Amino acid sequence: MSAEFPVVFEMRTFDNRRRQPDEFAEIARMIRRDIIKSLVLAGSGHSGGPLGSADIFAVLYFGGYMRYNPQDWWTPRDRFVLSAGHMCPVLYATLANTGAFPKEELGTLRKYNSRLQGHPGRDMGLPGVETSTGSLGQGISIAVGMAMADKLLDRNGYRVFTLTGDGELQEGSVWEAAMAASNFKLDNFCWIIDNNDCQIDGRVHDVMSIYPLEDKCRAFGFDVVTVDGHNYHELCSAFDRFVTNSQQECGKPTAIIAKTLMGKGVSFMEDRYEWHGKPPTWEQARLALRELGEDIPEPVTV
Amino acid sequence: MSIPFQLRGSKPTRQGFGEGLVVLGERYDNVVVLGGDITGSVMTSLFKERFPDRFFSIGVAEQNATTIAAGLALSGKIPFFASYGAFCALRNADQLRISVCYNEVNVKIGGGHAGISVGPDGATHQVLEEIAYLRTLPHMTLLVPCDYLEAKKATIAMGEMVGPAYIRFGRAAIPFFTSDDTPFQIGKAQVFRDGTDVALIACGAMVWEALLAADKLSQRGIQARVINVSTIKPFDVETVVDAARECGAIVTAEEHQVHAGLGGAVAEVVAKNYPVPIEFVGVKDSFGGSGEPEELMEKFGLTWKEIYAAALVAIERRDRGFISYRMVKDVPRYDDVHANAHSAL
Repeated sequence: MSAEFPVVFEMRTFDNRRRQPDEFAEIARMIRRDIIKSLVLAGSGHSGGPLGSADIFAVLYFGGYMRYNPQDWWTPRDRFVLSAGHMCPVLYATLANTGAFPKEELGTLRKYNSRLQGHPGRDMGLPGVETSTGSLGQGISIAVGMAMADKLLDRNGYRVFTLTGDGELQEGSVWEAAMAASNFKLDNFCWIIDNNDCQIDGRVHDVMSIYPLEDKCRAFGFDVVTVDGHNYHELCSAFDRFVTNSQQECGKPTAIIAKTLMGKGVSFMEDRYEWHGKPPTWEQARLALRELGEDIPEPVTV
Repeated sequence: MSIPFQLRGSKPTRQGFGEGLVVLGERYDNVVVLGGDITGSVMTSLFKERFPDRFFSIGVAEQNATTIAAGLALSGKIPFFASYGAFCALRNADQLRISVCYNEVNVKIGGGHAGISVGPDGATHQVLEEIAYLRTLPHMTLLVPCDYLEAKKATIAMGEMVGPAYIRFGRAAIPFFTSDDTPFQIGKAQVFRDGTDVALIACGAMVWEALLAADKLSQRGIQARVINVSTIKPFDVETVVDAARECGAIVTAEEHQVHAGLGGAVAEVVAKNYPVPIEFVGVKDSFGGSGEPEELMEKFGLTWKEIYAAALVAIERRDRGFISYRMVKDVPRYDDVHANAHSAL
């Protein structure tokens, strides 16, 4: 029996600036708590990938790498495309923590008329959602198109980031996009691969191997960095390398292979592919939040 | 009042598309074109030569080209991507559905080599199913011009409207009969011939065949109205329903499967508003094959003769009511009906 509890989204937001790596831990914990809360309220959705990539999002959005104005999102800005659209709970939680929209809106995830659709829908106009995604393999091509628009035509100097899953790399069109990124020398393009080796049916290497991944990305013309996706030092230096590549116009796109654990931060979800596509129960949410530093009182038993 | 026309020669619709792109390139700095390795045959090569800085070769990768176009559109460009319809309407169907239409971005697709008149390349390259798919996509605008000049006008118009749009054009030279004065407006069908005995509703290359059929029908005293549905979506309900009310019998004609294309669109609207007998001329639930365009159009029943025969049947059904159980793809043979209208079935 799983007892509901009142869910409160902490009103705190974070600014976007260069930080010491250790400062990201607090932000990532906040993002993870918000993910758990929005998922338990939604009653459906994806837990594993969003929790596993929270550290990447913390660094990308709060470390000065993505440049944006949370008060007026659609002004000149860098672009982020969540190619793995099903991971949107982490994107929504991240955007809410920038102040782009009120945090209590996270409680509407997957609900009727919500701007927080089950997969990102551009039609809902949520600040920070640049495009609809959800059919795997398409977001990366959209991001390539955005990078082309600036690199080859407008020259405003904006950066384009995309995050794909690793199971997603089984979609052939991902490699069409990769080919185009290096063909057009898009050094303003950063491809982040969330490599947790988990997908719905099991381990990626069992379902259909995508490896050797680093060799593949290199062969497709990328400057490749492999990092521990939970290590802020490594994530910062990877993004620094991309920024340098971009500023020096090195002529190569950057790929960051982030080795992550699905469900990171919640012990009973960690590295378990069963958590790809389901939300926590209320009891599991209580335990998860406790592990993430927020104590929810035990239900009173009579 | 019907719109005047005059046969002025023969040209392929793809040429109108290629020339239309150049006009757009001159007018708008943010028009860009993506190539899919067949730029000569879909005539995006004209734009490439004129505006090399705004042409990007994506290679044989239609899924990627379609989604890159979405990314360009999200960055303020007006991207056109053209290939053969088989590959830029169906191979990339999911990309069109999600990244273009659900996203509601300003992406324009040129689908060449449409229909059986592709000729020797055979069935794989003769797309006969894409109207059916594209007209079900929310936000999509779907244009099927009837000749070279209309293709050029339609290309310019789709570049100047905002939102996803697709234009269908062909490889073979076909009669060219509209002029600079012929009105063209997205969403508006044109009546090229007045009549109240039967309505011949066609698109693409079949419009000219419908005009020929109307001539032959008039020789036996039947006055056919000929309607060019140059925009399949949004559909001109008024012109088609008026034709149903005033003629009471309809024939649709298209270089596409008889199922779910123009004929399907007409049937939906007529069934909803003013049901009358409809006969469907098109490819009868089969794949194409190699041959010269004229041979194929004859073999697959895409000439004025089938429209003529279908018109007699439609009139007979209007006048007699139910006659027999028939499939949508059952089209009478010209030789069987032209001697005696009342032996049509």
